[in-house]
Amino acid sequence: MLKLNSKIPGGPLEQKWETHKFNLKLVNPANKRKYTVIVVGTGLAGASASASLAEMGYQVKAFCFQDSPRRAHSIAAQGGINAAKNYPNDGDSVYRLFYDTIKGGDFRAREANVYRLAQVSNNIIDQCVAQGVPFAREYGGLLDNRSFGGAQVSRTFYARGQTGQQLLLGAYSAMMRQVGLGAIQMFNRREMLELVLVDGAARGIVTRNLMTGQIESHVADAVVLATGGYGNVFYLSTNAKGSNATAVWKAYKKGAAFANPCFTQIHPTCIPVSGDHQSKLTLMSESLRNDGRVWVPKKQGDNRPPSQIPNEDRDYYLERVYPSFGNLAPRDVSSRQAKFRCDEGRGVGESKMAVYLDFRDAIQRLGKDKIAERYGNLFQMYEKITDENPYEVPMRIYPAVHYTMGGLWVDYNLMSNIPGLHVLGEANFSDHGANRLGASALMQGLADGYFVIPYTIGDYLAGSKLPKVDATHDAFRAAEAEATGRLTKLLSIKGGKTVDELHRELGKIMWDHVGMSRNEAGLKKALELIPRVREEFWNNVKVSGEPNLMNPELEKAGRVADFLELGELMARDALERKESCGGHFREESQTEDNEAKRDDANFCYVAAWEYKGDGKAPEMTKETLEFERIHLATRSYK
Amino acid sequence: MSTTHKSLNLTLKVWRQKPGAPGRFVTYPARNISTDMSFLEMMDVVNQDLIKKGDDPIAFDHDCREGICGSCSMTINGNPHGPDRETATCQLHMRRFTEGETITVEPFRARSFPVIKDLAVDRAALDRIMAAGGFVSVSTGNAQDANNIPVAKENADLAFDAAACIGCGACVAACKNASAMLFVSAKISQLALLPQGQVERERRARNMIAQMDKEKFGNCTNTGACEAACPKGITMENMARTYREFLKAELSKRH
Repeated sequence: MLKLNSKIPGGPLEQKWETHKFNLKLVNPANKRKYTVIVVGTGLAGASASASLAEMGYQVKAFCFQDSPRRAHSIAAQGGINAAKNYPNDGDSVYRLFYDTIKGGDFRAREANVYRLAQVSNNIIDQCVAQGVPFAREYGGLLDNRSFGGAQVSRTFYARGQTGQQLLLGAYSAMMRQVGLGAIQMFNRREMLELVLVDGAARGIVTRNLMTGQIESHVADAVVLATGGYGNVFYLSTNAKGSNATAVWKAYKKGAAFANPCFTQIHPTCIPVSGDHQSKLTLMSESLRNDGRVWVPKKQGDNRPPSQIPNEDRDYYLERVYPSFGNLAPRDVSSRQAKFRCDEGRGVGESKMAVYLDFRDAIQRLGKDKIAERYGNLFQMYEKITDENPYEVPMRIYPAVHYTMGGLWVDYNLMSNIPGLHVLGEANFSDHGANRLGASALMQGLADGYFVIPYTIGDYLAGSKLPKVDATHDAFRAAEAEATGRLTKLLSIKGGKTVDELHRELGKIMWDHVGMSRNEAGLKKALELIPRVREEFWNNVKVSGEPNLMNPELEKAGRVADFLELGELMARDALERKESCGGHFREESQTEDNEAKRDDANFCYVAAWEYKGDGKAPEMTKETLEFERIHLATRSYK
Repeated sequence: MSTTHKSLNLTLKVWRQKPGAPGRFVTYPARNISTDMSFLEMMDVVNQDLIKKGDDPIAFDHDCREGICGSCSMTINGNPHGPDRETATCQLHMRRFTEGETITVEPFRARSFPVIKDLAVDRAALDRIMAAGGFVSVSTGNAQDANNIPVAKENADLAFDAAACIGCGACVAACKNASAMLFVSAKISQLALLPQGQVERERRARNMIAQMDKEKFGNCTNTGACEAACPKGITMENMARTYREFLKAELSKRH
């Protein structure tokens, strides 16, 4: 059984972080340069952490698998970033952002972590503006805000539909400044294949150079993983093709606990699948629901073109079911509603697996130019993919896998249960509970990287006696041999199915049984089917190409091999959690009107899974969630 | 859904190259390609066939497949990112092509972008230009309140237009001189338009342009091929602004 200490500081909620910062040990300025920190991943969390740690004086080695750190998938985030600035004077506050986030997560996140997130949210906006991030502004020169799901205030800052891009380029520029100053050593086109522990502490990683195939060891005093989420387990998701779970999975297999793996976010507004060739799904930002209205025809089999269906024959179901939040109901709720409508036979489009997102009324009210200014790039993206003009025809949308709330377990300092291994951003489990609110991922990634890890890592380094280690250490030799052996094995199978074929099989099992709606029979079925695909993978996969050259198939094979293990853990966790909460909907646990029914008496905990060896069942440890301030309530958006 | 979707049979002439060896074009059939596929999905289909046959699949860079990460980098029928304006390769759809067509696919060609394998090139030179000055020197923490720095909406919008650059390098590949001026000017322009960028304005222009020269990108001769190839619509107006910035920086240099 794991011993998990969340290290949540005592004292009143509002003062926990301030008190904690004072109590954290410091590394004096002259000593910082004696420490090396490895940061894996260069998205919002990784880039902001790398830049901030290097500015403080640490030696940073940063890694990404892409050809440039600027390409990490945070770049694709569209809608915005939340902060409790209350610039619109509509009643926002740190406490309200905190409350909305806890409630949005269906009361399955830690109060103290989320409160800190809300506290530092305002610093993030200040920092980004100082870097020259071109947020949207009003004519008076001040920053503009819009609304996002699950909130009744306008607290979302944005840069057209490319907020993630602009924030990431800000963090990337801060990082490149440190590269230029020699404080960060950048390793692009590197994939982390192993985490290396010495005396139980994280002391380095083994990577593959994706250009030359070379296996390399990198030594450090602490390791930070900011490697994103694992949505690609499903094959089709809004993640980038390269987004993967290998780094966190290797850490799990070295003893890091994996928390709440079943908490997956299915985003309600994505462009529907068009055929079997589909390689990924494209998100249409939640911000569109500020002005777009979601509807399906009232009658089944109404095949009239949308423009010929009069208002009285339309069911604006989100406005009908959730009158106070309407089209801005949170993601999990909106996704399930879309599924219900399609299951009722009222879906639209050729596949009938879509609902309309209609801008007709907004265009009439505000004019086409205003809509173009707000969402121009999204409309253009939609048209390129579907060949339909959303200014004239309503968008067709359907839910798709988008984000994973689960991830490696971390304490209040963002350190996993392995000393020295820190986990930031989507890769950890910490702040979003069972459902993340829109525009909160960017906030969390940057909060972790700019404003949390710079304080907490010093406490670890100052408080640890780390022996001097170099890459000739046995632990590194062993990890290199492990990584090389696995690659050799993958290339030697020479079977009959491609990596993509097997990945698609896994994805279908996950979507059918561990997707938007889950039940005991389906989850048990998944637990039967996934090991079969895994076995076939290791006996019948075909990976061509060479080990010592750029070989994208080999990269993909290693990632899919890990998804085939992680998928099973997700199903196991979903089976164990017999309540519905947030994005985890167990059909056995629902109210009469099909809303998620939580079971606080039995499931108000974080499920932290521990690896026990191949072929052995993992063991689950519960971290009970204590709510001191917030009263656990039924989550209602009606 | 497009009501006109159908399938195409195409011939591809693809550049194949391993490091340290000369490259060559190899011809591959691409059969039963749905017009709803993106160009990269078509490449996936061709690669699946190659793997099944035990051949080495074609290496190419790609990641987000929604036109924002800047990874994809193919020159299609002589055009970086293909024939459509303001469209990255991943957003180019096969409905743009016709039955029986032969399509030539090459890497982004430039002296500063060495080929790694097949269609994948090394664009790290662009990162090194950014490291030379593509930033505002502001360390984390203690930034003033965001609304203490008002920015006229017109300038914020222009800065955004420049900041939309995805760093793909199509401008370099399109330019007969392999100049990176459009890329460099997008960043110089963004920061020159904003109050936050003023303090380092001159240093930035000098250092980024010096690094561009050091990386052996060619000089700009204002042909405009870069603007035509840019998937994000970055305009040559940014280059005009950059020349002014550079001239001002050079004239005011204190030795």
